[in-house]
Amino acid sequence: MNMFKTIILSAFGAGLAVGIALSVVQAVTTEPLILHAETFENAEPAPAAAAAPHEHSTTEAHAHEAAAPEAAPAHQHDEDAWSPADGFERSAYTLLANLLMGVGVSAVLLGLMSIRGGKIDARTGVLWGVAGFFAASLLPSLGLSPELPGTAAAEVTSRQVWWLSTVAASAIGLALIVFSGSWLLKAAGLVIGVLPHVIGAPVPPTLEASYPAGLGGEFVAASLVVSALLWALSGLFSGWLYQRLSRTA
Amino acid sequence: MSNLSKAATRSTSISGVEAQAGSRIVPALFAVAFGLFLFIGTGFAAPSLIHNATHDTRHSLGLPCH
Repeated sequence: MNMFKTIILSAFGAGLAVGIALSVVQAVTTEPLILHAETFENAEPAPAAAAAPHEHSTTEAHAHEAAAPEAAPAHQHDEDAWSPADGFERSAYTLLANLLMGVGVSAVLLGLMSIRGGKIDARTGVLWGVAGFFAASLLPSLGLSPELPGTAAAEVTSRQVWWLSTVAASAIGLALIVFSGSWLLKAAGLVIGVLPHVIGAPVPPTLEASYPAGLGGEFVAASLVVSALLWALSGLFSGWLYQRLSRTA
Repeated sequence: MSNLSKAATRSTSISGVEAQAGSRIVPALFAVAFGLFLFIGTGFAAPSLIHNATHDTRHSLGLPCH
């Protein structure tokens, strides 16, 4: 079997296992907190929005929010757009999204491990997975911590751009620190990794939220645990599968 | 003559190693691209339809969401 086929097969196998495992963990950790926060969000206008109405200089990028009523909470969804019904349908789509995330993360990890060369198995997979969690979740969370529905935040595109740039910088920085033989390059890696945090993430208009503060704290911890599981389990399962499939090939 | 043929063998083996590295890196890059496509499609795509379907996963993983 050729290498690309082995990677893709391993990624799909691992993604299936990770998606199911993640959905079970989310069902008892993050999901109840999201549903709890939504009860506050839907009950009354968020104090955040009431205290500091969203003001944006650009109108084009905010057509979505501009269409919402003045006193609406910061987390306003497009009412006309389809969304899954609460209950089974919503859980089914969440499971599907988790499966896709598991396959995606596994493919990225196996691809990077192949570029690097060397042994690929469950053990090296977990190590790469943990590094991936650092780069793609833990370090970006320093600037943009995981948010419950109803959290006031800067415009979504600016946050996505900062988040993805920070992931790229963290990954490059970590790779230089871990793999480079020269101290100068290791130092450069550290600078690259720290840079996004010196520049700073988009600042939310207010720190007030529609839900109790304790709920937000619980959610940040739960979300980081879920992300750590996504990356570590993807590395574990995909590394294990890749080793097995390439041995039988 | 023998030196020349040694040199020729040497250069063949070097290009062989390079070809091997290339055949490893190209599919690996494709795998990374495929994985990023799924990750960004699921976690970042803007259309409300995709956003609403993946809403809870995005929040759970701490990805920027509105």
